[in-house]
Amino acid sequence: MITTNEILETIEMISQQHLDIRTITMGISLRDCGRTDLKACCDKIYDKVTTRAQNLVRVGEDIQREFGIPIVNKRISVTPVAIACECCEAEDYTPLAQALDRAAGEVGVNFIGGFSALVQKGFTVGDERLLRSIPQALASTGRVCSSVNVASTKAGINMDAVAQMGRVVKETARLTQGQGCARLVVFANAVEDNPFMAGAFHGTGEPECVINVGVSGPGVVHSALKKVRGQPFNVVAETVKKTAFRVTRMGELVAQEASKRLGVPFGIVDLSLAPTPAVGDSVADILEEMGLESVGAPGTTAALALLNDAVKKGGVMASSNVGGLSGAFIPVSEDAGMIRAAAAGRLTIEKLEAMTCVCSVGLDMIALPGDTTAETISAIIADESAIGVINQKTTAVRVIPVPGAKVGDTVDFGGLLGSAPIMAVNPASARDFVARGGRIPAPIHSLRN
Amino acid sequence: MKAIVTVIGRDTVGIIAGVCSILAANGVNVLDISQTVMREYFTMIMLVDTAGCRVDFAELSEILKKAGAERGLDIRIQREDIFEAMHRI
Repeated sequence: MITTNEILETIEMISQQHLDIRTITMGISLRDCGRTDLKACCDKIYDKVTTRAQNLVRVGEDIQREFGIPIVNKRISVTPVAIACECCEAEDYTPLAQALDRAAGEVGVNFIGGFSALVQKGFTVGDERLLRSIPQALASTGRVCSSVNVASTKAGINMDAVAQMGRVVKETARLTQGQGCARLVVFANAVEDNPFMAGAFHGTGEPECVINVGVSGPGVVHSALKKVRGQPFNVVAETVKKTAFRVTRMGELVAQEASKRLGVPFGIVDLSLAPTPAVGDSVADILEEMGLESVGAPGTTAALALLNDAVKKGGVMASSNVGGLSGAFIPVSEDAGMIRAAAAGRLTIEKLEAMTCVCSVGLDMIALPGDTTAETISAIIADESAIGVINQKTTAVRVIPVPGAKVGDTVDFGGLLGSAPIMAVNPASARDFVARGGRIPAPIHSLRN
Repeated sequence: MKAIVTVIGRDTVGIIAGVCSILAANGVNVLDISQTVMREYFTMIMLVDTAGCRVDFAELSEILKKAGAERGLDIRIQREDIFEAMHRI
């Protein structure tokens, strides 16, 4: 029998420490949706998504009520559109994004990911069309998320794609006053089963339909660490591990239940610690609890490395199907502690870049001055890609050059996306570097066979 | 199906009777009860069996929540599995 204390502990985690299931994401293959005629292609996509996901939101809400655990988001990821719809003869893929947007609205999910292309080694015709369509696609939809993989440890870094994505980010910002960039991620080593937006897509090695679950719980980890204040790091690591174990077990239970009720196979649980702008739901708070005056201070990278590793160790004990990104996220605008440190000038882009070497993903939800050039954004993407490629990990860039904004201004993205102070970028130019194009070759340790 | 009902709030006369009568009226069998009063806060935990419940789980949860709100209590019903998963290997 479960003890009173265990029951009350669980309830406190949910009611006061923001423990929740961040997302149940249904992955849907669109590989049978390609049609040469654009309208037929759009219709097929709409029909497939609305049929497969018709019960997703209702089942999510039922599980939430029965287990008493909030399930914050219900979302959908689809096969990268550049692959699924390559046979479509249209030059402009925007209507495909709009079909996805309508389907997402019809089934009641807040985001649908997969307006994506994988171009780490080069472009196909469909990839080129998709990349050209991204700014307009994001400007004319509200739920569609786009991602482009420009590098991998096996292929190296496609610097032509990096250069182009700098321009795509700038153009998206121009058309959407920056807002659209919150739904656009540039990846290195993108994973095929990530349930978190904006980078989720349904990889080509995935089944027809799958359920992936992303858990959360920075507040729970923070609360647990408060109880071991001042104790050595092996105690800190052990505490994080135990907490991550519990959080993941809950995620696994919800994932199994959702999979059973929807009649769709269970894919993975993603262990990521995903913050929200709510007070007490911050990864920065955890780092500061370890003894740092502010996130960004010397010691931040080491603290984050410990956190990221301990979360994984606890999580893998709790589920046999761990996948996705599984680490700590450090999105600046979505984390009250990161916002505070960035606004006070204690957290810089350079420190964030160092932090991305030891945690999942990368430079995430960072607002940049409006006059940041496309070349500078490309160079930032190249740096992040290099970290991912060399360290055989996923990295990503989701930056928002806000038109007209200067360092010191604050922009609000609304809801879970939060608000962010505009951060300073090194003003030195990388124009000639980005203009070279071509491919940075794969590193020597990619040759493992 | 087994579920855990938790009742947390300021102690007043008749909390247990009130919750039990709602459960009985809906065909829910109480298997075990433990309760404590810490300072003036009342905490009751019940293990119940909802196999014979005449309303669906969501509705029962809503009835309890509403009844709790009327008396200034936080009443939750959750499937037992979630506690098992989090605290037992």
